[in-house]
Amino acid sequence: MEGIYAFCVGLLTACGIFLALRGRTFPVVVGLTLLSYAVNLFLFASGRLKINAAAVLGQSEQYADPLPQALVLTAIVIGFAMTAFVVILAMRGRADLGNDHVDGRLPDIQARQRNRTLRK
Amino acid sequence: MLNNLIWIPLLPLLGTLVPLFASRFSRSACAFLTAGLPALALILVLQNASSIFDGEALYTVYNWIPVIGLELAFRLDGLSLLFALLILGIGLLVILYARYYLSAQDSIGRFYSYLILFMFAMLGVVMSDNLLQMWMFWELTSISSFLLISFWGHKTEARKGARMALTITGAGGLALLAGILLIGEVVGSYNLYEVLNSGDVIRDHVLYPVILVLVLAGAFTKSAQFPFHFWLPHAMAAPTPVSSYLHSATMVKAGIFLMARLYPVLSGTELWFLIVSLTGLATLLLGAYVALFKHDLKGLLAYSTVSHLGLITLLLGMGTELAAVAAIFHIINHATFKASLFMAAGIIDHESGSRDMRQLNGLWKYMPHTATLAMVAASSMAGIPLLNGFLSKEMFFAETLHQDSLGSLSWMVPVLATLGGVFSVAYSTRFIHDVFFNGEPINLPKTPHEPPRYMKVPVEILVALCLLVGIFPSLVIGDLLYAASGAALNGIPPEYSLAIWHGFNLPLLMSFLALAGGLTVYYNRKELFQFQAQFPDNDPKLVFEAVVQLIQRQAETFMQLVENGSLQRYAYMMLSMSFAMMAGPLLDLNATAGLRPELPVDAISVTGVILLTLGAVATVVWHRERMKALVSLSIVGLIVSLMFAKFSAPDLALTQLSVEVVTVILLMLALFFLPQQTPKESSPRRVVRDLGLSAMIGGVIGTICYALMTRPLDSISTFFVENSKTGGGGTNVVNVILVDFRGFDTLGEITVLGIAALGIFKLIARMRLYMPASDENGRPWTLDSHPMMLAIVSQSLLPLALLVSAYIFLRGHNMPGGGFIAGLITAVAIIQQYIAHGVDWVKPRMKVDYQVLIGSGIFIATLTGLGSWLFDRPFLTSWFDYFSLPLIGKFELASAMMFDLGVYLTVIGATMLILANLGKLTTSERPVVSETD
Repeated sequence: MEGIYAFCVGLLTACGIFLALRGRTFPVVVGLTLLSYAVNLFLFASGRLKINAAAVLGQSEQYADPLPQALVLTAIVIGFAMTAFVVILAMRGRADLGNDHVDGRLPDIQARQRNRTLRK
Repeated sequence: MLNNLIWIPLLPLLGTLVPLFASRFSRSACAFLTAGLPALALILVLQNASSIFDGEALYTVYNWIPVIGLELAFRLDGLSLLFALLILGIGLLVILYARYYLSAQDSIGRFYSYLILFMFAMLGVVMSDNLLQMWMFWELTSISSFLLISFWGHKTEARKGARMALTITGAGGLALLAGILLIGEVVGSYNLYEVLNSGDVIRDHVLYPVILVLVLAGAFTKSAQFPFHFWLPHAMAAPTPVSSYLHSATMVKAGIFLMARLYPVLSGTELWFLIVSLTGLATLLLGAYVALFKHDLKGLLAYSTVSHLGLITLLLGMGTELAAVAAIFHIINHATFKASLFMAAGIIDHESGSRDMRQLNGLWKYMPHTATLAMVAASSMAGIPLLNGFLSKEMFFAETLHQDSLGSLSWMVPVLATLGGVFSVAYSTRFIHDVFFNGEPINLPKTPHEPPRYMKVPVEILVALCLLVGIFPSLVIGDLLYAASGAALNGIPPEYSLAIWHGFNLPLLMSFLALAGGLTVYYNRKELFQFQAQFPDNDPKLVFEAVVQLIQRQAETFMQLVENGSLQRYAYMMLSMSFAMMAGPLLDLNATAGLRPELPVDAISVTGVILLTLGAVATVVWHRERMKALVSLSIVGLIVSLMFAKFSAPDLALTQLSVEVVTVILLMLALFFLPQQTPKESSPRRVVRDLGLSAMIGGVIGTICYALMTRPLDSISTFFVENSKTGGGGTNVVNVILVDFRGFDTLGEITVLGIAALGIFKLIARMRLYMPASDENGRPWTLDSHPMMLAIVSQSLLPLALLVSAYIFLRGHNMPGGGFIAGLITAVAIIQQYIAHGVDWVKPRMKVDYQVLIGSGIFIATLTGLGSWLFDRPFLTSWFDYFSLPLIGKFELASAMMFDLGVYLTVIGATMLILANLGKLTTSERPVVSETD
């Protein structure tokens, strides 16, 4: 089970980073969201995986580690606030700069292509 | 020992302010007031002179930063005394001179202020008893020199000259700092006393060559030694008082001073001899030769200064004690005659309007008084008997005969020295003959005449000194020279004679040869000028500028490479770096799997993993079609919350689920204002590159995660599990940790949440967005934006949702739930009303200010924490007890519930502030911030 769990974390990380490296803001936000899933799962896993062991006293015989759970719980909520902040920043960036590229300007390749077509 | 040493540099420091205030008075009053504090400092120096002539040295120390060996330490020994006298004495003369030299348009207050600042810095250099402190003053002289050279900032050459001087001397200063730090490492102290007594330690140390080269780089740049000499002639763009003071008498001597100061420590080796004497010799010859061809009066004097500085350096490099005495003697003599010559050149420039010797001819007729003074000083420069320049030059010639460090080639040194003397005589003759005789002036801007009476006084004083030293050397200068030489040698100076007449000997013959040769060269100057004209006139300024521009271009190319403004690129580099740092240590891990037994795999889990994989991959594949990507993303979020549920974290599952809802709503709202599609602009290379990097990082993270999970855990959590019920009064350990054990963390976290929400509110309020009137295919938005079914269902769901959230909140302490989850559920329920009915419907029905909600949430949480202070307990100590009421039965009351209420309110407030305001953007209720706040 640990193997496929680790696979999920790795896959989410890879997908998150690939999208975070894109040039437009929206894929980057989606990528960061994926990445935060991965980070939360990773953090949670540091308490090791246990089944039927919720950390509620008297409900089961053994308890999962509650500390990483408490950390991840707040991390999820703060993660939402940060996602929201980045999204609004992206919208504001588009409003103020006229494009949604993370660099704040369109890449040179496009400009070069445009120049080439203009010259033709 | 109590003494007044500190006041000698301190008075000029205070004096920098005087001219700024005094400039409102007349120019004479300003000059007079400015001179006051330096004059006082000079008196202090003279008071201490007698004890120093007796062989004492005075010290004063104040601790500054003892940990790094920094102290405020001053010393006054023979060498410092000599330089302090030069700095203050010539400084006062220059103040008087500048009063007449500067025109009415020049800001005399600013000029004097810079000048006194320099005086302070230079006194600091020569009086410092700590090398680091000396370096600080050293840099201050460079800076004040920059300010003075660029005093006429409207002139290009002043700006360029100032920049060049600062670059060269500043770079040298950095080298010097490195050298000083190494000395400090070797000796273990920066205190000059200890350094001077550790000569053998330093010379025997393996780092000695490095130290020597670094320190000499500082000295050579400052004292304009070849190949760094070129900045000095360009510094002549400064007003002439500055040239006279800084660039002949004092600042350029700082490098010489440094060599003399560290003479007992660094000299006496083959390396010292080779570098210092050969540099000095090259500078001496080059300067003397070039000086002859300069048509500019100040240019001639500048190169002559370079040449004389080379002469002193050569003397210091020879390594004999007598040569060091001669060097010190020449420092004094050069300062007097060269300062007076610069002042005379300034007078000529001032009263005739030109410095070009091709125009200046026959001035004897117009200004006989000035001409006499200049001629005496120039004769001293040439080394004519009965003047001070003759004496030190004679000593110099004698010393060149007494060294044998170049082996069988040692005979070349006196010959080349004589050659330097020849050119020295030639350019001095030119200065006299070309300017004051040689026919009539040509096209001068104004008719030359004698300057104001007091402008000549400083020149007269200096020329009188030349004569006095030249005729009664031991009477006038004997004590000072003895004390200074003793200090430079860190011991007792050797026997020497300051007599004018030593009989017929080789040095006298050399002087005679130089005189005869110099006159011959000058007489045949036409041929020599023609010969020189064949060579291209390569201006070192152009070379310097080219080098500076080259460095700048290189720097730009480099910056373009590492910092081109593309965040996308930075993100890539940062991630590559983190990959390298993560992957490295993993190579040392022997086995991926640890000893902890793994859980068995079941079919449901495999199904979940397949769904998650599909969702994540679909998000990536469809990332250009943003709506599809968003839907795939929500699948991933759903599976993640199921994973939490599966692995015994019900609180996390609930939180993730409700956050998932608000996140997707948020992203959908945002998508309305953003392009619906992402253009295809990444090159295939970049896509492959990014795929590679992300796959590698994913692999590494997955490996770490796996290795982590398969290793046994020794956690501190046992404490929380054991004390949850007894100490915190709750059975849901996760919730007790949040609101009790780690309550302070949670308080910080809800504060961050609140701040983020307020920040978002501000960002939204000033947003000017393009709102699409139709979707991407041109279809208009639906007219029925609030469908009736949705409205009815969500309205009837609202009380139910609120009831659920209240239940989740109340049971949170003992069962999965709590403030965070309850807050999110409430927020989702309210948002649903916005979606179903629109802002216009919700607004009159929900009169809650979300900003106030955030504030009161944090307030309640903080207040709960503060409450424990009433019972003399630390912040956030929790309290709980059990009560029983009829009908309800036994129940628990805990202070942690109040805290959780604060969390609950903050979460609702923050979530609603973000989503509701984003939703309102399209409506008339859009948030507006007045421009004034």
